[in-house]
Amino acid sequence: MNIIVVGLSHKTAPVEIRERVAFAPTAMEKPLRELLALPAVSEGVIVSTCNRVEFYAASRDADAATAQLKRFLADYHGIPLEQLESHLYDYQGGEAIRHVFRVASSLDSMVIGEPQILGQIKTAYGYAAEFKTVGLILNRFLHKAFSVAKRVRTETDIASNAVSVSFAAVELARKIFGSLDGKTVMIIGAGEMCELAARHFVNNGVSQVFVTNRTFERAEKLAAEFGGRPILFDNFADHLNQVDIVMTSTGAPNFILGHKKVEEVIRQRKNKPMFFIDIAVPRDIDPKVNDIDNVYLYDVDDLQGVVQSNLKERQKEAKKAEGIIDLEIDQFHRWIASLEVVPTIVSLRKRLEEIRRGELEKTFASLKELGPKEKKSIEALTAAIINKVLHQPITVLKQSQNDGAGENYVDAVRALFDLEAPNPEGEMKSLDEQSGED
Amino acid sequence: MTANILLFKITLLLYFGATVLFLVDVIGRLEKTGRFARWLLVGGFTVHSAALVARFVASGFTPSATLHESLSFFAWTVVGIYLLFDLRYRLAVLGAFVCPLALVLMIAGSAAPMGVQPLNPMLDSWWFPVHVTLAFLGNAVFAIAFGAGIMYLLQERMLKSKKFSALYYRLPSLQTLDSINYKCLTFGFPLMTMGIISGAIWANSAWGGYWRWDPKETWALITWFLYAALLHGRLTIGWRGRRAAIFAIIGFLCLLFTFLGVNLLLTGEHSFRAMGGR
Repeated sequence: MNIIVVGLSHKTAPVEIRERVAFAPTAMEKPLRELLALPAVSEGVIVSTCNRVEFYAASRDADAATAQLKRFLADYHGIPLEQLESHLYDYQGGEAIRHVFRVASSLDSMVIGEPQILGQIKTAYGYAAEFKTVGLILNRFLHKAFSVAKRVRTETDIASNAVSVSFAAVELARKIFGSLDGKTVMIIGAGEMCELAARHFVNNGVSQVFVTNRTFERAEKLAAEFGGRPILFDNFADHLNQVDIVMTSTGAPNFILGHKKVEEVIRQRKNKPMFFIDIAVPRDIDPKVNDIDNVYLYDVDDLQGVVQSNLKERQKEAKKAEGIIDLEIDQFHRWIASLEVVPTIVSLRKRLEEIRRGELEKTFASLKELGPKEKKSIEALTAAIINKVLHQPITVLKQSQNDGAGENYVDAVRALFDLEAPNPEGEMKSLDEQSGED
Repeated sequence: MTANILLFKITLLLYFGATVLFLVDVIGRLEKTGRFARWLLVGGFTVHSAALVARFVASGFTPSATLHESLSFFAWTVVGIYLLFDLRYRLAVLGAFVCPLALVLMIAGSAAPMGVQPLNPMLDSWWFPVHVTLAFLGNAVFAIAFGAGIMYLLQERMLKSKKFSALYYRLPSLQTLDSINYKCLTFGFPLMTMGIISGAIWANSAWGGYWRWDPKETWALITWFLYAALLHGRLTIGWRGRRAAIFAIIGFLCLLFTFLGVNLLLTGEHSFRAMGGR
């Protein structure tokens, strides 16, 4: 049985194409059923996000399934296949497994490490499970992909550094103050970006927000949103000694906060650190403020720089993640291989032969009077019984190989005879439990 | 080779391993390496404790009379105090700054003559273990403050200059480092004070005078004043952050000089020559 991926993403197709082939998330039943009706496809999942549309399928005939899936995508959306073909990629076997593991771990995303994609794949899997278009292979495969993504998230720092300017400000504040619980923020000017960052600060534990603006009504309005306190623009400097974080985005042509004032404030605060975020252009705060001990000033370019270096960090973490994925692919491959009929027959024979040998040894040990001739006869008898017993199951297994039910039989035989599978059952069970967490 | 020396050498190896792993952890940022380093250090500390007990059994007195013994004892307290801090803060990255110090002390200790020496009659007092234990515990706590101080300066520099190396992502927040610094001061200062007082009482019973302006005593007093100034500055003026970190670093260097420089370079009652250590 083969795993196949057919699809396109932000890396291969422009947005005009991506929006034309997208599937509506609320109406997945029809396409899923049509997908499963394709002759070469035995299981299927459709992942459709704004950055990618992908089919994950299980099939006996990988090439035929790939061709049918491509044709299905084109026909379903009424686009000539020739037009779509150049944007499509397809993977089979190990390559397909790697691709899905990478997508789920967000290594293939526009912003590496963004967490949404895992949720989107889980939703897609949810639909497929609901409409019963997934079976043994894709069930396990996707659960495995979820657990790989989880491992990547916990074992690397791939998602730990902010890649947006407003989050970068929150993260910098954490590097300075540790926890933000009980800290105070002052927002000077009520721009959109200030509002967004203030929201992040409040969500991360900041206890009080002062808001000031040249138009007091605007300050009042914004303060009300955060349960904060509006203050008059003319007086804002008087409150500075009470705040830990200051964010400014006024349209003032000159600095509204100078070196001297901040020095005075920091003295009043007994050197308790202050973090200034100046996102105004032209800038609101004299850059020399950054030279004062225990004062940290970041302008919008500095924050961009932080985002860039965070992105570089994510790239480094991505290398670690690829290593984890390599290991997991190996493991999953072994499980897939164990599902094949021939290895199962071999293990089944081996298992019964072990049992036969063990029992014979016990019997011969207790019946010491038996001569070599009798022993030989008993050996032949037990071998014949085993062969007779095995005949029918092996025949069924071999036949099932061709009618698509192979995996179910293989799985049943492995469970009934406790045949060793490279991928432990326990792990799969725990994956089922984990899958809904994120 | 006697048991205590064999155990000392095993400790040295384990500390070496832990130091390498802590450094790899900081550079490579692999969670498992940090955990492994920690366990190696716990193992090293256990063997080290056994080495000190064996030494005590072999000589019959607190293993801190010779240069070798003092260095080893100091390293033991540094690692012990680090492990205690680690329980509270779980900072493998602090290990990368403290472990190398313990390793250097151990290497220096292995370069000094390791044989058990008869105890100098002057040291044969109950005050000897009390004095050295208090002094070394104080020193060890200040060693942690030293490590945290260096980390603070590095992190602060990156935050100020807005140039982030890989270390930025590993180092904890300035607030955490500053609070470690403060904690160390509140534990280390009383220990150091008690160490000096116990030394004075001992000196009185041994030589009939509390204070003799021996070079070590003088330097200990200078160091004490330095830390007292830092404590005072922190509590009253609001010294913190960079200034406190720099003080903690200078204080520890002063302390190292009091411990080693004075003993090795200057002559006095605390000199290892006088103790028969060289």
